[in-house]
Amino acid sequence: MNKKIVYVDNAATTAMSDVAVKAMLPYLQNFYGNPSSLHTIGQIAKEELDKARKKIAELLNCEEREVYFTSGGSESDNQAIRSAALHGAKKGKKHIITTVFEHHAVLHTLKKLQTEGFEVTYLPVDCNGLIKAEDVAKAIRKDTALVTVMFANNEVGTVLPVAEIGEVCRKNGVVFHTDAVQAVGHIPVDVKAQNIDMLSLSAHKFHGPKGVGAIYCRKQIPLYTFVEGGAQERGKRAGTENLAGAAAMAAALEDACLNMRKNAEKERNLRDRLIEGLLKIPHSKLNGDFKNRLPNNVNICFEGIEGESLLLLLDAKGICASSGSACTSGSLDPSHVLLALGLPHEVAHGSLRLSLSEYNTEEDVEIILRETPEIVEYLRSISPVWESLEKGEKPHLI
Amino acid sequence: MALYSEKVMDHFTNPRNVGKIEDADGIGEVGNAKCGDIMKMYLKIENDVITDVKFNTFGCGSAIASSSMATELIKGKPLSEALTLTNKAVAEALDGLPAHKLHCSVLAEEAIRAAIKDYYDKNGIAYDKSQFPEHDAEEEHSFTED
Ligand SMILES: Cc1ncc(COP(=O)(O)O)c(C=O)c1O
Ligand SMILES: [Zn+2]
Repeated sequence: MNKKIVYVDNAATTAMSDVAVKAMLPYLQNFYGNPSSLHTIGQIAKEELDKARKKIAELLNCEEREVYFTSGGSESDNQAIRSAALHGAKKGKKHIITTVFEHHAVLHTLKKLQTEGFEVTYLPVDCNGLIKAEDVAKAIRKDTALVTVMFANNEVGTVLPVAEIGEVCRKNGVVFHTDAVQAVGHIPVDVKAQNIDMLSLSAHKFHGPKGVGAIYCRKQIPLYTFVEGGAQERGKRAGTENLAGAAAMAAALEDACLNMRKNAEKERNLRDRLIEGLLKIPHSKLNGDFKNRLPNNVNICFEGIEGESLLLLLDAKGICASSGSACTSGSLDPSHVLLALGLPHEVAHGSLRLSLSEYNTEEDVEIILRETPEIVEYLRSISPVWESLEKGEKPHLI
Repeated sequence: MALYSEKVMDHFTNPRNVGKIEDADGIGEVGNAKCGDIMKMYLKIENDVITDVKFNTFGCGSAIASSSMATELIKGKPLSEALTLTNKAVAEALDGLPAHKLHCSVLAEEAIRAAIKDYYDKNGIAYDKSQFPEHDAEEEHSFTED
């Protein structure tokens, strides 16, 4: 393959940075010890693991003992939510508040909890993919055990008012968890300033390796164990630690935080050029709030076409993107996130998500802006839906 | 992309018989935009033989490739033969489709039936109604999987 690849699917996963790869390598062969071992090589591993934890704690503004390594975002979400639910239930609190457009790692955990006797309030989001802290305040009840609201949405890129929601929860004595998988390393996250009790993060979303993540759990909040075994992670998660992963995650996060302003500015510039250029295509629409938006997210619907065929044709041009169409989700329904924003099904099928990283270039933007309009036009030319829209048999929805 | 066979990708990127027939003898449109796939088939029919066929499709790679393959399979064939085309035959001719994509090939089979029915109706030709079952939204997406 010598075709230029334009990778704009960084919300799905990122390439590892040189910094992260470099940080990982020593632990694969030289310092391979088990941090639980008594001997020198094991004790070196333990020290290195502690260093990684310390670095992450500093970057999140918490204490080392408040950071627990996991296998990634999904596991962190599962454990944090189940733990808070279990703790609430012990005190007779079995009500949980969330939003309709969380990641499935959160939604499916909550659906499961509903079958176990918990009651869940799913707050609707507005047409821009936002909620207000007041909405959370109004939904809190005496028996509310947990509020879990994502920091930033993975599909439409909206950034939610997490600090305000955290404040509401703190005042009401309700545990607040946030799935910050798309936020950490991209926008400022400070668990103290933002009143966060529990937070999920995942290394592969900020140029770290896949299969490693962490939970921040404020020391006043109990964290329950779900993987039983050895006493790793202070007894909260058994299993020999993924030191190489943890070290690489810490290095990647440090790098991301050091360069956050610079990277965000670069991404924002590219993002805005993409949005402006793509919205020139007739009957297109930006999804998600323009202002409260991740610097790297573009999500646009094109009326009259279907997302998967758009992705396949973009891929043939070397452009790697994503869509919320039904046919890419493997179900008959388009993405729950786009539907939550109130988009009609037929419009949601034609969505395109481009998620940038600092590795993207002006040239990438030019390629996307050159190829996409042609592909959209072609797909519209063979689309019976577009035909009936253009003939006026059906009204244009966007 | 490994999601689809080379055959599917070939029919998706270079669809055969794409377009419209202005003076079509039968037109069939199936699916709905809500579910994500819509197919419209245009047939030209002479002496009970399909002399030309074109399609327009709104849908995924599987839907477009299935439309293309289905048109190839019925072009030049008598109506009686076209009516026996199954989604399974379309999927097989494409060297297979991922299981969750089979429903898209059902639409191709249905679009052909709908276009032939349209031709019969327009020309007052009697036919066995059981050959053209009504589909509700659910049934549109049932498929045979083995
Ligand atoms: C918002 C959000 N939460 C959770 C996850 C799951 O993370 P992981 O892939 O590390 O399990 C993702 C990534 O897909 C995500 O975007
Ligand atoms: Zn399909």
